[in-house]
Amino acid sequence: MPSRDEIFDKVKDALVEALGVDEDEVSPGATMVGDLGAESIDFLDIVFRLEKAFGIKIQRGELFPEDVLSSSEFVTNGKVNEAGLKELKARMPFVDLAKFEANPSVQNFPNTLTVEDMVRYVESKLAA
Amino acid sequence: MRWFWIDRYNEFVRGKHATAVKNVSLAEEHLHDHFPGAALMPNSLVVEGMAQTAGLLVADAIEFNRRVVLAKVAAAEFHFDAVPGDTLVFKAEVLDLKPTGSLCKVTSTVGDRLQGEAELFFAHLEAGDGVPKLFEPHELLRWLDHMHIYDIGKDEAGQPLARPDW
Repeated sequence: MPSRDEIFDKVKDALVEALGVDEDEVSPGATMVGDLGAESIDFLDIVFRLEKAFGIKIQRGELFPEDVLSSSEFVTNGKVNEAGLKELKARMPFVDLAKFEANPSVQNFPNTLTVEDMVRYVESKLAA
Repeated sequence: MRWFWIDRYNEFVRGKHATAVKNVSLAEEHLHDHFPGAALMPNSLVVEGMAQTAGLLVADAIEFNRRVVLAKVAAAEFHFDAVPGDTLVFKAEVLDLKPTGSLCKVTSTVGDRLQGEAELFFAHLEAGDGVPKLFEPHELLRWLDHMHIYDIGKDEAGQPLARPDW
């Protein structure tokens, strides 16, 4: 099992290649969408690179739960409801949702995922 | 009429790699004004040629059962301009292929000089809502015939590709 630093370095390489950003922009606290400019198609590209770099399999929706965010069961008046937050926490235990919970508007979600979350995600996949 | 930016394949190995050529000619009308008195092929169109070389390679590998679209130019670098009289040779290699997408590396050379290199990411979209039909099967087959894919193509075992019965 690689160390947290080793995982971070490989995640950083994947993000630099997929997003065309500079290495120093990829800090642990940087948000994928807001700071690094990732678009939806970039997530598919990033998934490819992480799978290759770490030899893991990433299922659709694991990194970006679009099915939850577009479900009438989990979204009420443009905000993720209690059931939705519970679902997100269960599906994405690697994401720190505290900030999102304060204003769980669906449009705020893309700015929730950080580089650190990605590292935690890979760590959880490697440990599984 | 189709948007052809390669003239033919010279090599096509299913799901692996392919080589295609593009002859740049002053007979192409768009070059007359790009630029006046100094014709050169825009590198955006070189990318399109690269994408066609790699895109058909990928589409064949997934048996044309999804729409293969160029979703992203992950990286591209060009070293000089292609001008009328040049023969661009595009070499595409499939780096990764999954049902939902693929990543390819493509180079463009003129003689032994590297003209450009790019990493192209394709999304493979399922037919259905929001994904228009891109072409009729017989039109696609005609396109593949133009490209000589079934004359020179090989499968993974080195056997000639069977021309589909569309």
